[in-house]
Amino acid sequence: MHFRLEISPLISENDTRGKATLNKIIEYFGFSIEKIQTRDVFSIVAEITETDAEKMLKSMTNPVIQDSILGESDKFDFDWIIIIGFLPGVTDNVATTAKSLLCDTISRQLKSNEHIFSSIEYLVSAPQLNSDQIRMIAENLLANPIIQSINCLSKAELKKNGIPFNKPVFLDSCNIHVEDIEIDIPDDDLIRLSKDRCLALSLKEMRQIKQYFTKNDINRQEMGLTENPTDVEIEILAQTWSEHCKHKIFDAEINYTDENGNISKITSLYKSFIKKSTYEIGSDVDWLVSVFSDNAGIISFNEECDLVYKVETHNSPSALDPYGGAMTGIIGVNRDPLGTGLGANLLINVWGYCFGSPFISAEKVPKGLLHPGRIRDGVHQGVIEGGNQSGVPYGCGWELFDDRFIGKPLVFCGTVGLLPKTINGQPGYEKSILPGDLIIMAGGRIGKDGIHGATFSSEALDQNANAQAVQIGDPITQKNLYDFIIEARDRGLYRYITDNGAGGLSSSVGEISTNSRGCIMDIANAPLKYPGLQPWEILLSESQERMTLAVPPEKIAEFKQLANDRDVEISVLGNFTDTGKFHIKYGDKTVAYIDLEFMHEGCPRMQLNAEWTPKNHSEPNPVDNENIDISSLILRLLEQLNICSNETKARQYDHEVKGLSVLKPFVGLENDVQSDASIFMISPLANEGIVLSCGVVPQYSDIDTYHMTASALDLAVRRIIAVGGSLDKIAAIDNFCWPDPVKSDVTPDGDYKLAQLVRSNMALYDYTKAFKTPCISGKDSMKNDAVMDGNKISIPPTLLFSLIGKISDISTAQTLDIKNAGDLVYLIGATSDELGGSEYYRMQGYIGNNVPKVDADLSRITYAALHRAISDELLHSVHTPSIGGLAIGFAKIAIAGRLGLNIDLSQIPTRERLNFETILFSESNSRFIVTLPGDRKSEFETLFTGISFNCVGTVNSKPELTFCNEDTVLCSLAIGDLVSSYKKTLSTI
Amino acid sequence: MNPKVTATIITGFGLNCEKETAKALSMAGASVEQIHLNDLIRNPDKLLNTQILCFIGGFSFGDHLGAGTVFANRIMNHLGNSLKEYIERGNLIIGICNGFQIIARLGLVPSLNGIDFEPTIALAANDSGVFRNSWVTLRVNKQSPCIFTKDIETIPLPIRHGEGKIVALNQAVLNEIEKENLVVLNYADPVSLKPTAEFPYNPNGSINGIAGICNKTGRIFGLMPHPEAYLSAYNHPHWIRQKLNGSLQKEGMGQIVFKNAVDFATDNLL
Repeated sequence: MHFRLEISPLISENDTRGKATLNKIIEYFGFSIEKIQTRDVFSIVAEITETDAEKMLKSMTNPVIQDSILGESDKFDFDWIIIIGFLPGVTDNVATTAKSLLCDTISRQLKSNEHIFSSIEYLVSAPQLNSDQIRMIAENLLANPIIQSINCLSKAELKKNGIPFNKPVFLDSCNIHVEDIEIDIPDDDLIRLSKDRCLALSLKEMRQIKQYFTKNDINRQEMGLTENPTDVEIEILAQTWSEHCKHKIFDAEINYTDENGNISKITSLYKSFIKKSTYEIGSDVDWLVSVFSDNAGIISFNEECDLVYKVETHNSPSALDPYGGAMTGIIGVNRDPLGTGLGANLLINVWGYCFGSPFISAEKVPKGLLHPGRIRDGVHQGVIEGGNQSGVPYGCGWELFDDRFIGKPLVFCGTVGLLPKTINGQPGYEKSILPGDLIIMAGGRIGKDGIHGATFSSEALDQNANAQAVQIGDPITQKNLYDFIIEARDRGLYRYITDNGAGGLSSSVGEISTNSRGCIMDIANAPLKYPGLQPWEILLSESQERMTLAVPPEKIAEFKQLANDRDVEISVLGNFTDTGKFHIKYGDKTVAYIDLEFMHEGCPRMQLNAEWTPKNHSEPNPVDNENIDISSLILRLLEQLNICSNETKARQYDHEVKGLSVLKPFVGLENDVQSDASIFMISPLANEGIVLSCGVVPQYSDIDTYHMTASALDLAVRRIIAVGGSLDKIAAIDNFCWPDPVKSDVTPDGDYKLAQLVRSNMALYDYTKAFKTPCISGKDSMKNDAVMDGNKISIPPTLLFSLIGKISDISTAQTLDIKNAGDLVYLIGATSDELGGSEYYRMQGYIGNNVPKVDADLSRITYAALHRAISDELLHSVHTPSIGGLAIGFAKIAIAGRLGLNIDLSQIPTRERLNFETILFSESNSRFIVTLPGDRKSEFETLFTGISFNCVGTVNSKPELTFCNEDTVLCSLAIGDLVSSYKKTLSTI
Repeated sequence: MNPKVTATIITGFGLNCEKETAKALSMAGASVEQIHLNDLIRNPDKLLNTQILCFIGGFSFGDHLGAGTVFANRIMNHLGNSLKEYIERGNLIIGICNGFQIIARLGLVPSLNGIDFEPTIALAANDSGVFRNSWVTLRVNKQSPCIFTKDIETIPLPIRHGEGKIVALNQAVLNEIEKENLVVLNYADPVSLKPTAEFPYNPNGSINGIAGICNKTGRIFGLMPHPEAYLSAYNHPHWIRQKLNGSLQKEGMGQIVFKNAVDFATDNLL
């Protein structure tokens, strides 16, 4: 039977979705629309009675606020209807929930041929719009044609034909077959094979595969295989060897030529710089528990627990489907800590995004790319819903704008997990697999979503992007899975756990099989969302919400019972072996039989060249002290996208669930200024806290990625210090997002971009060592380019440092808002002529050359002294200025405190004689603005012996930010005006 | 040793505040049991030994089909009679945020006509149309029979919801709720401390600034703000300022709500 269930708001004034849509249409298109009503529609295809359907409808409807109809409404008080459903096979979370309700209502499970689908209907009252305009609204605002179906009908059409029944069933029930892929073929054909199958493999790699299979392996014949790989095998290798999974560029052999023509050979940037620094620091500190070996890095926090941290990017999927891609980003990275050690409890999320300007005119966005405003809305919404519904608060969130991110937005999502030191008498960070252990897949079912995600993100985005590379997450399925896993963990029901992410089962089982040295798995046992998936698709699908576990045979009964009790689906796919083979069957037939060693070690190393030639950018003319209009410059800077408040979006993320929040992402009298860093108690009512901060300054990459990297790390470190953290224990996560650095026809400047990567790694080594902040985990995303109509847009090289530190007594934490009139204002750290890459230059259309540098030795001493001052509770506020320089630093602390400041620019400590322009807007590193009561002056000053500092002014009750030169007032700004400029740019979006 | 009050927290399907709510209740002196909804459905007798039942915050079933709808339906279908009996014995129920949405959907508050599982109020989408996390000031209605808010006049708490606007079935319901003093908490202007409709002090546009209501016995309490997220004085957004001016609390004020419940249960329900 087919039933249509229609649910609408009881009174249209309460249709907030309709109202929001109306406002967006006006904002995006400027159309005049009288009214938009919306309703939710569910199509049920199931063997149920009309009474069942009515009962279901009653359970779904809240009689206080909703009205509902079984069938179709006969009210036609609108001109157009837009029906948005999902395309076949796309995850429909609302329908999944409706299914639970239906099962509760009819007291049985649904059969495989019974379905529920959800759709939203927009009833548009706009007589003057034509069908093209309606379709434009549907395609550009209401739906994403890659994943959603769109049906636009006029009232007349509707009256004539009725509303079409929404039934997006996958009809693709073709026969299961496994193909032999002819591999003994000439080079040209190998290249074509790689391209046609979306394998993203180079000729060298294809040749290696050819060689492996054409050497006559007797075992293959016994398994019923030939000298050709099966499609399953070729796909397994393409996934395992993808840039996304194998990090081939970071592992390449590089000939690096510096600016003087000196050539050095680097074998693996990863080993030579990142790992090297961490291992060297590891011999000095005792808190590194596990690095680079598990899904996330692990550090020791206290006697009872370790912390796990991972930050990932999800750029390519977010470019195609911002909402689904970003949601998968956050709930995908949640599975990293959950798959680390024996499984960590999820504690805190972080997010950060790089976008093009949301205000750019639509004509400037190349065809084939979504408008950055739309990407931004979708990405936020995806991470908001994913994070909030998972019950994980966010700790740090930031946005950065540059129009080079129009080609690919960057979407960083991370998660901190808490891992008990001991679980069932075993160390929490250790896990093992024994031959004979069962291979378990737990969580969601497998569909076509996300097939080729790993290979797809290893290529530039073009018009032919594969829709199936997008996944949509289901946070509630994953929350159930997470709750179940933590219970199973504490009962000792499994021996090993890992995440199913990019590359699906092929990647997760393929990687962990190395623990026992082999596996045999029948993928016909894997539960599917719908029939029709080929074996290679089952193995590579990146359908979300799945974990892979190794369960000892003696625990399987209890494990299955618990899963059943928690409504979590699990399946036994096979068992781990010690044969050295990755052996995949489909029913009785072997479909893949590959040596694990070849899978993991067979990929040939890339050979690349890097050549560093510093660029010389033009410089603006300096502005004389007499002619500088400080007031208007500060107000204009506060309005810039990279400085202004994004509180409207940020408040939509939960930051307080779990009750651990001590220092929130927004602070100050009105809680409306972004904090330098945030602090969470380790557990409810604990004294010890976790400190989180980040640093990302791609604007400096245009000058030199070495100093970009040093500045990003210094910024993140000093932010930890500014809120009360100490240098004793800070771990870092590195996320490299680069434009393609491999020289080719489409990337003629590959050698330069690779040199930028080399220099960034050199600085990473130098400065992580100097600060003793080891990278414990990281990720690289190396193909952040878009090629549209032959034009290439590449992102600026971007490196995000996400830091995690410790504060042993949260009651000593400090915030940036000034708090008491009469307090003295001190500046710590010297200012230099470092306007290169600054927001001030950018605002005028310049890059400049004097990029901020970092003196790590001096910084370390400064940070230790400041830490002492904070823990001795001498200070009333601490802030570390960054983008926008001191001018913005002073403005922000005044806004946050809603108090005035009187600053004498002649008293600012500088390395050389500087004009006001440079003093105010230079972004020199390692500086702090602090305030303190006069009676703490001498205690404070004693701590900073040998460090540049000076008293530069006072806090005033009169709400004005005043800059003077000795006794001459240069400018005075009302705090109200600063607040208004800081908030207005993104206040409504 | 005196017998201890038992508090039961229902978990599962996207609820997520179990840990901090358990901490709140154990700090208040209760012995706390967390139980997955499926386990409770299999063992409804667990309710016989409980004096405080908690419907906690979270996103049960993702808030799809309206916050609380599916969770409430599962309870009604499988636990309706046990729950009715639990309430009729005079035991306590607190529903926080998603828990409030669930007990409102079950008709447990304001339950003007007894426990008939017919909702008379709903938590509709915020006027802003989006989820919001911020701190609000709440004023307690002194005339309310609510046992959870004894000795509190005003309390700052965080809100974290997308559907928190209280809507009544009709004007008569609203009149009766107000007449019977079943309004327990109002969003208040932080300076004047008067109930307010002004954003952001009233974060969702709730009618008459209503943030929490109870039933006529005062033993069933539903509220949108999160007392379990203010157990520590250091949770308050201005704790550093409070420390400077000497107004820092010893404990987070959210603890009082749970202490009141446990004290009441100790005196009346054991």
